Amino acid sequence: MNLIGEKISYKPDEQFHLNDVSFNFKKGNLYTILGRTLSGKTTLLKTIAGLLNPDQGSISFEEKDFIKIPVWERNVAMVYQQFINYPHLNVYENITFPLEQRKLSPEQIKKDVDEALKTVGLVGFENRKIQELSGGQQQRVALARSLAKKAKILLLDEPLVNLDYKLREQLREEFKRIFSEGLSQDTILIYSTTDPQEVMELNGEVIVLDEGRVLQKGPAKEIFENPSNLKVAEISNDPPMNVLKGSKNSKNLNFENISLEIPNHFKNLEDKDYNFGIRASEIKLDENGEEFEIELAEISGSETLLHLKRGNSKLIALIEEVMNFKIHEKVKINFNANKFYAFGEDEKLVSSPYGGTNG
Amino acid sequence: MSKLYTFLKYFFITFWTVFVVAPFLWAVSTSFKDFQSVNSKVTYIPWLDFEPTLEGWRVLIKSPAKGGVDIVEPYFNSIFVTCTASLISIVLGTLAAYALSRFTFKAGFVRNNDITFFFISQRIMPPIVLSIPFFIFLSTIGLLDSLLGLVVVYIVLLMPIAVWIMVDFFNRVPKELDETALIDGCNPYQAFYKVVLPNSIPGLIVAGMFCIIFGWIDFFFAFILTFTEVQLLPVKVVALNSSITPWWSLSASALVSVAPLIIVAFIVERYLSKGNLSGALK
Repeated sequence: MNLIGEKISYKPDEQFHLNDVSFNFKKGNLYTILGRTLSGKTTLLKTIAGLLNPDQGSISFEEKDFIKIPVWERNVAMVYQQFINYPHLNVYENITFPLEQRKLSPEQIKKDVDEALKTVGLVGFENRKIQELSGGQQQRVALARSLAKKAKILLLDEPLVNLDYKLREQLREEFKRIFSEGLSQDTILIYSTTDPQEVMELNGEVIVLDEGRVLQKGPAKEIFENPSNLKVAEISNDPPMNVLKGSKNSKNLNFENISLEIPNHFKNLEDKDYNFGIRASEIKLDENGEEFEIELAEISGSETLLHLKRGNSKLIALIEEVMNFKIHEKVKINFNANKFYAFGEDEKLVSSPYGGTNG
Repeated sequence: MSKLYTFLKYFFITFWTVFVVAPFLWAVSTSFKDFQSVNSKVTYIPWLDFEPTLEGWRVLIKSPAKGGVDIVEPYFNSIFVTCTASLISIVLGTLAAYALSRFTFKAGFVRNNDITFFFISQRIMPPIVLSIPFFIFLSTIGLLDSLLGLVVVYIVLLMPIAVWIMVDFFNRVPKELDETALIDGCNPYQAFYKVVLPNSIPGLIVAGMFCIIFGWIDFFFAFILTFTEVQLLPVKVVALNSSITPWWSLSASALVSVAPLIIVAFIVERYLSKGNLSGALK
């Protein structure tokens, strides 16, 4: 009864848009697809919807070959990152459109639409034109249309990315409520995003996608704690996880002429060269720390992002207050060695502060 | 500086308005004159300079046997040919444009853009180049000097305009709109007429307007491909200009022949000023 994809590849030009992607989506679950732009997220969703036919591989749903079923008979719902609604119809007609297409009874349509409008908080907007709505409201209409359909597969393709910061935060909060209330137990919800924070908040099963390949699958917590390789560590953190080339010997961790005491979870590690990973939030300003040069300082909300440099290494540090720095100024920082990751020279995870390894 | 700018602006606007409107005023006033007031001396003001008469307008509907020029039949011929050809061009052109905008065609080295260019290239050639092929073609299939023959030729002339405008329009309609329609349970044909077409009305109106204008004003093919059976309005109006030109009925018929375009322009202008053309889709 699951939505199963096996070895799906799609290569319309020189590059793979999807490369050997397999998945097994179970009903009643939330799946997030995390990846940068052009990583193949939209392609994957469109393939599931039936808008694209993969060159290789199979998709089956409820024991039927999904690829043989045309889009308009698949009964999926999709919300795009652009706010796609029917501009010639008003809000109410927009939401009824797919239901009328399925020839439901008028009473059923009215009931479903009212319910969907209530869920997305657009009661009273029925007769508005789409063009009169704000971006956030337009996206709510698109979401309501998808919910009203009661489709068994609901695809959301970066639904928040084109909204401004405040609306995004607000709608993200509501999404969690909508997903828990507005969906039935046999819906498969697939949500794609570039934003690691969204993935963590939605807290579903995660698929990390890069250049059309699946890098890692697992619960959000697992992806956060034990990224299987450097690429995943970069993609699943914002700002991306810092990578420092260095080595471990019997006494210390060494990189860029800095020596750190070996943290407990590295004790059993072989003495050799590693790529050390450390999150931006685990770097603190410290008078007794190591000296780095500031390349750029960005203030974002109530935080300051410091782009730092020392030798050949570049880092980003997240300082949880608003501070003014001059470019090329020297600052001293300290690393929380207990939160160090070690990746091998093949970029695979060797040791994580949360105990995970990847051989 | 800004005063000078304002002055120049209004000066040129005024100049241009006079330049454009003057021939119309001339035609309107001449259409109410008789032989005497046109040929004796320069006259401007009705009732003072000359006695207005409806003779110039009356002859338009009189049959030639009674000394009239009878533009009624050419008028309806023109309306029929223009509207039929425009309608068919819009229907076929819109379908072609949608296909060119949404699907990828490959035939040897030919791609979508080449096909679009092929359509437009039909309008790049000077019409005279096409006249002989058209003449031979129509005479071969026996449609020379007939309304149907003219409709066929006009479709060839007008469809490129429709394709050109609609390809550009459809390219600006996000593809995701069609995709959403498909996902929402429309098959491709339903997606086209239930979602894409209703959102393309501004484009259709603009394309239709251009087809009607270009069809209506064509003189060249109407002149070459017809003889005695069928006459279109432009040919008839120009034919009035013979050895003794009846300026009054020439003016009146010119005004009558321009009237439909002015009406079309007003309707379209209203529609465009609603801001629907660009604002229909984000």
